[in-house]
Amino acid sequence: MMSRFRNLVGALVLGAAAALSPAPAKAAGAAIAFPDYRFTFDGLFGTFDRGQLQRGFQVYKEVCAACHAMRQLSYRNLLEIGLTEAQVRNIAAQFEVTDGPNDQGEMFQRPARLSDRFRSPFANEQAARAANNGAYPPDLSVMVKARKDGADYVRALLIGYQDPPAGFALMDGMNYNAYFPGHQIAMPNVLNPGQVEFADGTEATVETMARDVTAFLAWAAEPELEQRRAMGVRIILFLIVLGGLTYAVKRKIWADVKH
Amino acid sequence: MAIGLHQSDFKNPVVRWIDSRLPVFTMMQKEYGTFPTPRNFNYFWNFGALAMVNLLIMIATGVFLSMHYTAHTAYAFDSVERIMRDVNYGWLLRYVHMNGASMFFIVVYIHIWRGLWYGSYKAPREILWILGVVIFLLMMATAFMGYVLPWGQMSFWGATVITNLFSAIPVFGESIVVWLWGGFSVDNPTLNRFFSLHYLLPFVIVGVVFLHVAALHITGSNNPLGIDPKGPQDTLPFHPYYTIKDSVGLIVYFAFFAFLVFFIPNYLGHPDNYIPANPLVTPAHIVPEWYFLPFYAVLRAVPDKLGGVVLMFGSIAILFILPWLDTSPVRSMRFRPVAKWFLVLWGINFCVLTWVGAKPAEGVYVTIARFATAYYFAYFLVILPLLGRLERPLALPESIAKPVLRGGGPLLAGAAAKPMEKA
Repeated sequence: MMSRFRNLVGALVLGAAAALSPAPAKAAGAAIAFPDYRFTFDGLFGTFDRGQLQRGFQVYKEVCAACHAMRQLSYRNLLEIGLTEAQVRNIAAQFEVTDGPNDQGEMFQRPARLSDRFRSPFANEQAARAANNGAYPPDLSVMVKARKDGADYVRALLIGYQDPPAGFALMDGMNYNAYFPGHQIAMPNVLNPGQVEFADGTEATVETMARDVTAFLAWAAEPELEQRRAMGVRIILFLIVLGGLTYAVKRKIWADVKH
Repeated sequence: MAIGLHQSDFKNPVVRWIDSRLPVFTMMQKEYGTFPTPRNFNYFWNFGALAMVNLLIMIATGVFLSMHYTAHTAYAFDSVERIMRDVNYGWLLRYVHMNGASMFFIVVYIHIWRGLWYGSYKAPREILWILGVVIFLLMMATAFMGYVLPWGQMSFWGATVITNLFSAIPVFGESIVVWLWGGFSVDNPTLNRFFSLHYLLPFVIVGVVFLHVAALHITGSNNPLGIDPKGPQDTLPFHPYYTIKDSVGLIVYFAFFAFLVFFIPNYLGHPDNYIPANPLVTPAHIVPEWYFLPFYAVLRAVPDKLGGVVLMFGSIAILFILPWLDTSPVRSMRFRPVAKWFLVLWGINFCVLTWVGAKPAEGVYVTIARFATAYYFAYFLVILPLLGRLERPLALPESIAKPVLRGGGPLLAGAAAKPMEKA
């Protein structure tokens, strides 16, 4: 147990050192500066752009979903990004999900409904690893909340695939990414110009696809964001008025007390 | 007291009927209505009431969250996400509860600072102070276990690091850790018992808060001058003077709280806790929640594990004996020209510990943490006991009313009794 603790503290200290030391230690988790992009939902009062979310969902569905699950989301959630019920039903019906057992005691496949969770590309982590050279494509449901400066980081990562600089020892099966901690990432570059065809005529450059799918992931991580901010504005305005009144009453009550 | 019905002063027949059998109305009137309270409180005296409100908010939101939470390693993370997405206003409940923990510590740290600055821990308020330290310890245990419940990476690894501290206990340490875990690592039994205790401890806190308030109502409140009220000219009835003054503070508190909850709900948290717990992957940087950082800094400042654990617990335990370490009879730092600068330095030092607790334990940070830890203890163990003898305090005012009224006497009694008459 003592040694276990020591290892733990050691790992902690090393990790901390790697994460926070200013210059070197590019190997494990060194902080890499990535571009600060102005998303529509940035700042205290930002909101989502529905068109962007729909394009982002399209990128997720046609590209990312080949490997990455989003198991916290249900198809019905897509109603919130401005798709009509008919559209969402159609999208859901494209996926076969397992249901059951039926009255014969057997599991069966059926097209997904609004109430179903997003179908995961793999049955379990082992299957995902087996299909991806040992790497596990993480679930993207809350990815934007699970990384520091999540949206900027995810967008940077998606546009960060480059040729490694001369002399960089890239391990077998890994890919060079300018913004990934350590620069070696198991995920290959998946976005190429014209990869998807947007219905609204937006040109599918790597930049726009990365930006739009990041916006979609940000919405998926915080679907309550717009309602939360709108409620916050009303509550704080209310508290300012109530605070002013309360302070006036306090002054009145204390008016006769010298202090 | 003679056996028989209580002689109630209430006119309303229903209230009177109840009050003569169970004098709760008389008690409330005595303790929160006419309760004589020093007239010179500043806004630092809001923070006890704020802490009480915060505790109630935590219990109310917590009870509803627990209706939707699943204390199982396989479901805990997803059940929290389900609260965030599918429970009506679940995101609000959770963000209020999550940021409420931070607000509770902000409020309580200011409340403790108030006690240190104005000497509220000194006779006759020693037990009142000690009960406060007990509440603080219970809060820390509750907050720690609450942070484990969402079962993210920081939940799991924070629980692992902190429970492992007990393995520093000689001989029995490792058995104690296995007993705490209910197994050989932090796992489902650990999560289950943490959930149970996280639900239990707040009610223990309520009990100790009751005693804290009961003790307060025996000694009466301290005040910014640190001298005892000499008579009615020095006090005001709690209601309406301090109910309204507390209300002003409460609204400022709510506004600050609301800003956190509605605009930056994850600012004080750690992104890693949105990654489901994984015993096979250690996060690069395990840090506790911000309110534990000063004590975490003390822990890491010591090269020896047992020594670090002892000092960390000692940094809180020392507060228990503070009433006897500070030998000066003068309570308020307003009249202690030397001690007040050492206490200001102690406050800055506490912030330095918080800052350095978030830094890696290496290089200059270790040195800073050691100096800060040394000063933290030196203030209590060396400076305060010595200053009690060496310092020459300023002259204390004759009474609370005197400096405010500039020689005035008990004129004020009329104004105090009928506050709104002229309004």
